Amino acid sequence: MRETSRSLVVVLAARGLAPVIQLFALYVVFHGHYSPGGGFQGGVLLAAAFVLVRLAGGYETGRHQITRRAGPLLGAAGVLLFAAVGAAAFLTGGNLLDHGRVPVPGFAPAELRSVMILVIEVGVAIAVAAVLTAIYDELLGSEDDD
Amino acid sequence: MSILQEVVAIVLFASGVLFMLVGSLGLLRLPDFFTRTHASGKVDSVGMMLCLGGLAVHEGPTLSGVKLLLVIAFVAVSSPVAAHALARAAVRSGLRPWRGAPDEGGPDR
Repeated sequence: MRETSRSLVVVLAARGLAPVIQLFALYVVFHGHYSPGGGFQGGVLLAAAFVLVRLAGGYETGRHQITRRAGPLLGAAGVLLFAAVGAAAFLTGGNLLDHGRVPVPGFAPAELRSVMILVIEVGVAIAVAAVLTAIYDELLGSEDDD
Repeated sequence: MSILQEVVAIVLFASGVLFMLVGSLGLLRLPDFFTRTHASGKVDSVGMMLCLGGLAVHEGPTLSGVKLLLVIAFVAVSSPVAAHALARAAVRSGLRPWRGAPDEGGPDR
């Protein structure tokens, strides 16, 4: 591993900015129905915060947020969440992603569709954030496998 | 919208555009990496902040205006830090600053 020295300016700026970016990413994900944004954009913001911490503090700091091994796993989990929500609709008798007929008690069909869209957006956000972070890790090469 | 608000917005935006113009000229005309980073840092931070400030004044105290103020705060932190990191990485990888062209009486590089 190359000798590195952390710049205090960059570390302090990342320490201040990364939580704000993560909070804004959650806002973009969960407000995606009503305003511009959604799962992909929120996931990209989340990945930007992760990569910012890795750039400023190195992997030994960034691993506390998301480890190198968790990247592909979480990416697969996000895609599976999307697929499971889509399959839940046609396994219960509707078309793919048409959740009006899924038997969840206490929801009108329109409400159910809205909630399921939110679940899908969360799945997309997890997948995008994890995969983008994993791409950064892969580009950096394997220093010490974790 | 009051005339004063409009005048302040136009002055802020015009000065921001002036900073961007000067920074772009510097990016084209200055001799080496560090001086060019110095020029483009002005475009990124001061020019952008003045333009966004003009837009915020134009917008007034609405939701969009507050969002513009948040963007200004973000730019104020992130852009100088980015310029700093760029210049620091250049120094650490061995790039020396420009010391004047040799045929104009300056010392050697």
